[in-house]
Amino acid sequence: MSLISAQNLTIGFEDRTLYRNLSFDINAGDYCFVIGENGAGKTTLMKTILGLRKPVSGSVTTSDGLKPDEIGYMPQQTVVQRDFPASVSEIVMSGFIGKLGRRPFFTAEQRRLAYSNMERLGVNDLARKCYRELSGGQQQRVLLARTLCAASRVLLMDEPVAGLDPYVTEEFYGLVSGLNREGITIIMISHDIPAAKKYATHILHVKDEPSYMTKDDYFKRGHGADFSIVRDGGDC
Amino acid sequence: MDIVIQYLAHPFVRYAFIVGILIAFCSSLLGVTLVLKRMSYIGDGLSHVAFGALAIASVLKLSDNMIIILPVTVLCAVLLLAAGQNTVIKGDAAIAMLSVGALAFGYLLMNIFSTSSNLAGDVCSTLFGSTSILTLRQNEVYLCLVVSVVVVIVFVLFYNKIFAVTFDENFAKASGVRVGFYNVLIAVIIAAIIVMAMNLVGSLLISALVIFPAMASMRVFKSFRAVTISSAVFSVVCAASGIIISIIAQTPVGATIVACDAVMFGLFCALGRITGK
Repeated sequence: MSLISAQNLTIGFEDRTLYRNLSFDINAGDYCFVIGENGAGKTTLMKTILGLRKPVSGSVTTSDGLKPDEIGYMPQQTVVQRDFPASVSEIVMSGFIGKLGRRPFFTAEQRRLAYSNMERLGVNDLARKCYRELSGGQQQRVLLARTLCAASRVLLMDEPVAGLDPYVTEEFYGLVSGLNREGITIIMISHDIPAAKKYATHILHVKDEPSYMTKDDYFKRGHGADFSIVRDGGDC
Repeated sequence: MDIVIQYLAHPFVRYAFIVGILIAFCSSLLGVTLVLKRMSYIGDGLSHVAFGALAIASVLKLSDNMIIILPVTVLCAVLLLAAGQNTVIKGDAAIAMLSVGALAFGYLLMNIFSTSSNLAGDVCSTLFGSTSILTLRQNEVYLCLVVSVVVVIVFVLFYNKIFAVTFDENFAKASGVRVGFYNVLIAVIIAAIIVMAMNLVGSLLISALVIFPAMASMRVFKSFRAVTISSAVFSVVCAASGIIISIIAQTPVGATIVACDAVMFGLFCALGRITGK
């Protein structure tokens, strides 16, 4: 059953269009990689899916009772965050910010859920540590735990493995795959073609003429055929 | 010590003490947020705007100059902080331009239209905060008290949201938080604090009240809450000791407080070295 679908999306800014006629249906349990060159409009597409910006034309609809607050967003890390004086638990708790509404403070139930999400991602031992003292991989896991607090059905991730070493990257993909197997739908921006080959179920290629297809189709017939020199999945 | 007790017997010294501590406390609360948003100098910029507005008020011979100073400063704060991300002139450059521009126009106005015989003295006291803290009237103390209480209540109620907006604006936006509203809120609070703080340390030294407590606490503490509480304590202790020292040593109040802040910052740095790493 389709969760998020786009009809004839045109993405761009006031003065220029990036690409037209993008349609896709993302189903529950899919693991979709969004691939494309820098500046092609991958982050803009994510913001459009989240409803943070309006498409130039076309529309994004959610179905199967998917509410906007069930889509979690994990943005790229910013410079500000790298030296932010906050403990891991404070950051994970802030995932519930959208669910506060008019209430000023978090509930005990939310506190408990935050801890169970930290356990799920193996950062519960770090709860009292300062965020800026963590390694890059630990920081990404903390941010993922925060996103899980915000939403539990669909996760949108913007280059979560950027800047991580290969070993930690593989570990992170493992975690995300685990979440995917638990039934969470994943949409991830990445430049990592081998990983796409290994983990994705679908590929959304963003360029002048965007395409959306299953992974197998993409690497046989789609733009992915260009990457045939990339050795198959395996260990990357 | 006797001198201090002797001085505290005078109501105007007590007022100065109360107001000084309140202002120091409030200005430290948002320090962490401003430092992290790369807006450390907003205090400086806004206080120069307040100085320009003060000049206009005195030229127009308004009896209550707050009528002009507060709205003008709030407006500039909103323009700088809330619209800061998407404007043509970004962050620090916008602050720098506004700051020196307001300073120049303010001084020009005061110079051309001044009726005072001691212009240099007037300007110097608005820039470095002078004895004005010792000439507070009772209703000014009450005003300061009300503003401080409002600032603290707003800060506590919106603490979690301010944290989320500071740490990750994009995430907060995607979670449905009205980020624009909170940026305006932060701007309004900081403007109100700065207008109050002009009485204490003068417009050139206000940044110190905002930055020193936050930077010092960030060296020692590891959570946002601990940093915030430590900043508040740091700031109050420095303000209190600064005022006492200035009474004993007959030094300018504002400069003495800032000097205390700087010394304490050094101590915190050393402490951070020893406890951390």
